[in-house]
Order: sequence, then structure tokens, then C-alpha cells
Amino acid sequence: MEKINLNRVPMPKQKPKTRIKNFDEVALGYNSQQSKNEADRCIQCPNPTCIEGCPVEINIPGFIKAIKDDDMPEALKILKEKNSLPGICGRVCPQEVQCEEKCVFSKKGAPIAIGRLERYVADWEQEHLKSSGQSFIKLKPTGKRVAVVGAGPAGLTVSADLAKLGHQVTIFEALHTPGGVLTYGIPNFRLPKNIVNSEIDYVKSLGVQIELDSVVGKKMTIDELLDNNFQAVFLGVGAGLPMFLNIPGENLNGVYSANEFLTRANLMKAYKFPDYYTPIKIGKRIAVIGGGNVAMDSARTAIRLGSDEVSIVYRRSEVEMPARQEEIENAKEEGIKFRFLTNPKKFLGDEKYWLKGMECNKMKLGKPDKSGRRRPITISDSEFIMHVDIAVVALGTTPNPLIAASDKDLEFTKKGTIIADEKTGKTTKPGVWAGGDIASGSATVISAMGAGQRAAKSIHDYLMSSD
Amino acid sequence: MYKIILKQKLAPKIHLLKIKEPILAKKSQPGQFVVLKIDEEGERIPLNIADWDENEGSIDVVFFEKGATTLKLALLNEGDSIVSLAGPLGLPTQIEKFGHVVCIAAGVAAGFIIPIAKAMKQKGNKVTSLIWQKNKKMVFWENRLAGASDRLIIATEDGSYGQKGPAPMILKKMLENGDTIDRINVMGPGPMLKACSDITSPYGIKTIVSLHSIMIDGIGMCGSCRVSVGGKTKFACVDGPDFDGHQVDWKLFSARNNIYKNEEKIAVEQHFS
Ligand SMILES: Cc1cc2nc3c(=O)[nH]c(=O)nc-3n(C[C@H](O)[C@H](O)[C@H](O)COP(=O)(O)OP(=O)(O)OC[C@H]3O[C@@H](n4cnc5c(N)ncnc54)[C@H](O)[C@@H]3O)c2cc1C
Ligand SMILES: Cc1cc2nc3c(=O)[nH]c(=O)nc-3n(C[C@H](O)[C@H](O)[C@H](O)COP(=O)(O)OP(=O)(O)OC[C@H]3O[C@@H](n4cnc5c(N)ncnc54)[C@H](O)[C@@H]3O)c2cc1C
Ligand code: FES
Repeated sequence: MEKINLNRVPMPKQKPKTRIKNFDEVALGYNSQQSKNEADRCIQCPNPTCIEGCPVEINIPGFIKAIKDDDMPEALKILKEKNSLPGICGRVCPQEVQCEEKCVFSKKGAPIAIGRLERYVADWEQEHLKSSGQSFIKLKPTGKRVAVVGAGPAGLTVSADLAKLGHQVTIFEALHTPGGVLTYGIPNFRLPKNIVNSEIDYVKSLGVQIELDSVVGKKMTIDELLDNNFQAVFLGVGAGLPMFLNIPGENLNGVYSANEFLTRANLMKAYKFPDYYTPIKIGKRIAVIGGGNVAMDSARTAIRLGSDEVSIVYRRSEVEMPARQEEIENAKEEGIKFRFLTNPKKFLGDEKYWLKGMECNKMKLGKPDKSGRRRPITISDSEFIMHVDIAVVALGTTPNPLIAASDKDLEFTKKGTIIADEKTGKTTKPGVWAGGDIASGSATVISAMGAGQRAAKSIHDYLMSSD
Repeated sequence: MYKIILKQKLAPKIHLLKIKEPILAKKSQPGQFVVLKIDEEGERIPLNIADWDENEGSIDVVFFEKGATTLKLALLNEGDSIVSLAGPLGLPTQIEKFGHVVCIAAGVAAGFIIPIAKAMKQKGNKVTSLIWQKNKKMVFWENRLAGASDRLIIATEDGSYGQKGPAPMILKKMLENGDTIDRINVMGPGPMLKACSDITSPYGIKTIVSLHSIMIDGIGMCGSCRVSVGGKTKFACVDGPDFDGHQVDWKLFSARNNIYKNEEKIAVEQHFS
């Protein structure tokens, strides 16, 4: 048996003191030696369990072996067979609860750094090849046209897969830039926009057309798309409606939804104000309410914008936080304070309606709830005031009802998600598929991509069987 | 890219842009708006759709030079293009046969209230348009407004043209003189929307105001545009922009519209001095 090496190669990172002053990527990526060292740790299990942990079933041992063998084109080819956006997934997938959790070394606390290796391969392509769809044998054009609504990970994936099968795909995207949350939500320091853009360029190079500024439900309806020579429609519109706490004072000046805060900072580049025209309020003391990736991204954005003190306010304790461990660590290194077991009760404002503080309750943990995490319980008479001038509410998002309002055939759950078959993405409306956050509720990039892949197969079957 | 095919100065600091966009030209309805962005560095700003022409495949916007973005927009010329134009956004204005409808607009809103007046008239309403401008020089599109209404009242702040005095005062006089009014649509600055709503409130006349709150996406994704109506939080971009003026929390509305006062000054200094 091969000797077991439990020395996971650490990710080189920008130093905290430096990085809180810029929006450049924090994790710098492996160099070729580091990637070889890490790849060499993989023992190439005959029955690899890691693949089971991957929602898009990448041949993980296969691409790692190619890195070992110094055959980067092969590594890339294997990755791209299953994943059209590896540069993105390598950076933002929660590998610790997916492939890496299933790695046999995981029990020993040192799973192979699959995500980092994936990223290394994607970045190698960036450096060495111009992203191009030509490396794929595209099937003969079928003459079938598919409309994809939303250019997030679900929409981009379904489009790439269908284009490779020879269908003509047009994406209709509401915003002025494609990418969905990858563009407007996740900050540059975690997912550089040039990476997102080059992966989008790759999708375009497959022949996919992207129509921006196209709000489906307003500019055109689903029925109009179907009548307009599109044989199938895929809805990948995400879950973009921000949730609020519904407590007094939430509309005060200085209270942002995380979506607004991040959209201003990322999509509109308010961190370059006034060169860029969109402003953002920074404040001396910021509270970010929530415990997920969105909260970490908001807090880390706030500290980079120059806020003196940024606190994450979370109603449970650290172990229940849904954010990735890596991002929590990064946030701590950057000086973000954490206030656990704390829940805002009321936003307090001055006579001009500017936020001045938050009245909060202390919480304790009770029995586990439906999510399996221990339920937070308010401690009575525990009110105290936190002085803050900006608050960012990062509770999550729900589906945007705009599409629902424009189509009477689609069916929705109580939560507002579109009812779609999990295996195929088929909705209750003939010719219409849905996948990603709009069908699952807020989830992950890779699960949205997985849904896109499955839908592409189903749409392909449908197109080829109907004439 | 969306091409500007016509530019016209309508009054001091007020301009018309005709922009090529065939789908919008087909789809726009009274009371709806677009969100546009001039260039890479630009902000997304909402502007009402003032007119549309299906044959030409174009829409009109009229705007007032207020801050950095509208100043920059005013520098564009025929043949220039902007990078982004999304629409038609917001719910269309409710157009029904109400009876006597009064359309009130101040400043640049005189330009974009026309589709509403026109549609109300087409539905068989008697339409009075009450337009309020600072002075004679600011009066524009008088003929168009007259054509869209059964009766046109123009008033100026200094009395240099038409009647003298602010629109809410004139509205008050109309009501005191026993004019029956069944519905009112008001567009313009917040304080005027509020003043008109306050006047009609005792009379119980439904007063629809178009709330211009600060927007980004215009499709309900950010919550920047939130307003409080009847004690409930609404997103002006998707639930509005039209709301019942008697139910709007005006203090909150005006406070939220001033969030970026300092930044707006900085942007103008940076780009225009
Ligand atoms: C701040 C933040 C951080 C996150 N971090 C992570 C992470 O680290 N790892 C991870 O795996 N996941 C993360 N997520 C979750 C992940 O981004 C989402 O699960 C994923 O993006 C969902 O993809 P999607 O394609 O379904 O939708 P989206 O990415 O939301 O894309 C939907 C697209 O549809 C467009 N659209 C909406 N309505 C319309 C319409 N009517 N017409 C046309 N277009 C429309 C939208 O503009 C958008 O571009 C994060 C989310 C946020 C907000
Ligand atoms: C639905 C809607 C329709 C509108 N239609 C028109 C129109 O047809 N013609 C017209 O002249 N104006 C219209 N406005 C107002 C117009 O959007 C603002 O005048 C413009 O955004 C000002 O930008 P600025 O950079 O020039 O000025 P700034 O100096 O940035 O701002 C001046 C004031 O404009 C408002 N404002 C600033 N940014 C925004 C923003 N992103 N969204 C909304 N308001 C903002 C604020 O009240 C601010 O105090 C409309 C607003 C809304 C919400
Ligand atoms: S402008 Fe973003 S929600 Fe209305």
C-alpha cells in the first residue's frame, strides 16, 4: 500500500492586513509544485467515493491523476466533460460537505484538496489556452431553439450543455451583466470577475447568445417565447427577493438588504465611487445580521470599504452557522467581530430617520428544529443596545414573484418556488423546465449547475423526440 | 447598445431622448418606466417612458438635469448609444372609466404624464391636466398636453404664464368651487405628491401618486426602493410606482430619497467641475 500523506498543502493567501485594503482575490491559488504535491497525495481509490459527493459527478481521481502525470490538457478535458464552470466551482463550492467529505482521508482530517486542484486546472487553462468551445466536438446543428431565462449558474450550464448537443440557445437575462449571483452577489475578493467573465465567454464560444436587459415577465412572457419559435424554455431565474426581519425601523436610512449592499458594491462597483457613479453608505460601525455565506460576504465587503468596526450578529452559536468554515476563518482573520446568540428586536433611528442603533435580545439554544440545528430561544429581559450606523440584513432570499405574476400555467409551492421534477426539471407547463434556486430555494452554485445539467438532458430528449 | 435617434431640449435643463428599442416600443404601457445605464461606470437610473412609437421602434424619455447621471445624459447626442436599457418596468397605471380624472404634474413630469392623460381620455374619462412649472420658460409641450386632455390648466410659481400659484393650491380651489373629481393621478416631486394627497384626503378622492424612490435593479431584487404604504413595506419598482397617496408614509419617503445627498454632491464635483 502507498504511504499515506496527511499533509494537505495549504492555500497561499493574501495577508489579512493587506487584503482588507483591496478587493483582489484572497486565495492566491496553488503553483504547479503545490498542485503536484497535493495531487500526489491522492491514492486513486479503485472505488472512489469522492465522485458520489460531487453533484455533477466529475471524474475526480481521473483529473487528479492527469495532474500527477503532468498532462494538464487531459486534466482540463476530464473536468470540462462534467463541469462547464470549473474556475468558479473550484472557488466557491462547499467541497468540505461534498466531494472532500467523501474522500477516504476525510476521517483523518486531511481530505485531498479537490476544490483547490480543480481551481488550479481551470486557472491553468486561463493562462495557457484561450477559453474556447472549439475543443469540443459540437454535434450537428439540430435546428431546435431553446430560450433560457436567467444567466446564473443554472442557466449558463443548461445553455452550454444544450449548445454542445447542437441546439441553438438564447439566454434572456434581466440585468446588464450575465452571471447571476456570481456577478452581483459574490464579491471579487472571493470570486474574481475576470474568472466569471471568461467562463461566460466559454459558454458564448459554444454559440450561445445572451440577450441582456431582458426581464422575462415584463419585456416578454414565457408564452411569447414559446410562440416565438422557441421549442423549449428553461427558467433559471434564481431566488432574488431579499428577506427582511420584519421588525420596527427596518426601512430607516442605513438599513440595507444584503442584496442591495452587495449589488451596489459588486455589480455597480460602488467601491470605486466616485469614478463609478453608484454610491454606497459605509458607516463607522456596521452590523451584519445573519450567519451564512451572504453575511460573510457582506461583512468582508464592509471592512474593505473602510468601516471601522464590522460585527456579524447571529442568533445561534458558531457551530450552527451555515457559512463555509473557510469563509468564517477568513472573516475572523480580517478582524470581523462575531456576536453569537444575539437577535435584533428593533432598529433605532434619529429624528431624520437615520439608523443609530439596534435593540437586541440575548438568545440561548433549545432543542433541535426542522433544520437539525438547535433552535434559538429569546432570553427574557435580556435587551441591550448595539450602536451601529449601518445594518445589513443577510437572512437569505426567496424566489422573485415577478415570473409567477406573468404566467398562469406554472405552479408554485407555498414558498414561491416553481414546482419542477427533481430528476428532469420539468415543470407543470408543457415545454417549460426550471432549475437552480428558483426550483430548490436558495442553495449552491453546484446544485444549480447540477439541475441545469439534468434539465439539458431532459430538454434534449424532448426536442429530439418531437418534430 | 441602444442608440439615441433624437435629442431635443424642451426647456432649461429638460431634455427629450428618443431611443431605439423595438420591443419596448411594442410593450410599454402608461405609467411604466425603464432603468438605463449610460456606460461602464454609470449608475442604473429609472426614467418614465414618456411615449413610444411602434412603427419607428423607439421610446421617448424626458429628464431633468439633477445630478451626475442626468448631467451626463444631457451631454449625449443623436447617434450616441447607452449600454443598458431595461423595461418596461413597474405596474402600468390603472386606466378605467372613472369619470372626471385630474392629471397633475410638476416640472419634468409634465412630459411623462401625457400617456396617462391620453389613455384616461381614450377610456372615456373627462381629463383635466394641471401642470405646474417654475416660470414661463419652463413650460413645454403645451400643445401635446392640450391634445391629451379635455382641459389644460397651466400654472407657474411666479405667475409669468397661466395661473399663478402652486398646483395643490389650484386643486384646492377647484374642489372648493365644487368641481367633482373622481380620480387624481399625480407625478412630480415628493412634497407636491404629499400636498395634493393631503388636500384630497378629506374629500375621499382616490389620489394615485407615482413614487420615485431610489432604485437599482428595478425588478424587486434589492429593496432599495422600499416605501411604506398603509403600514406595509412595498417595493416601488414592482408593487408600484403608483400608490394610494393617502396611505403613503411621506416622512419616510422623503428621508429615504435623501440617503445619498452627500455622495450626490461629490459625484457632481468629481465629474462636472
Ligand atoms: C452573497 C452570496 C454568496 C454566495 N456564496 C456561495 C458560495 O460560496 N458557494 C455556493 O455554492 N453558493 C453560494 N451562494 C448561492 C449561489 O450563488 C446560488 O445558489 C446560485 O447562484 C443559484 O444559481 P441560479 O442560476 O439558480 O440563480 P442566480 O445565480 O440567482 O441567477 C439567476 C439569474 O436570473 C436573472 N433573472 C431573474 N429574474 C429574471 C427575469 N424575470 N428575466 C430574466 N432574468 C431574470 C437574474 O438577474 C440572475 O442573473 C451565494 C449566494 C449569495 C447571494
Ligand atoms: C420610477 C421612476 C421614474 C422616474 N422617471 C423620471 C423621468 O422620467 N424623468 C426624470 O427626470 N426623472 C425621473 N425619475 C427620477 C430620476 O431617476 C432621478 O432624477 C435620477 O436618478 C437622478 O440621478 P442623478 O445622478 O442625475 O442625480 P443624483 O444627484 O444622483 O440624485 C438626485 C436625486 O435623484 C434621486 N435619485 C438618485 N439616484 C436615483 C436612482 N438610482 N433611482 C431613483 N432615484 C434616484 C434621489 O432622490 C436623489 O436625491 C424617476 C424615478 C423613478 C423611481
Ligand atoms: S429597485 Fe431593487 S427592489 Fe426595487
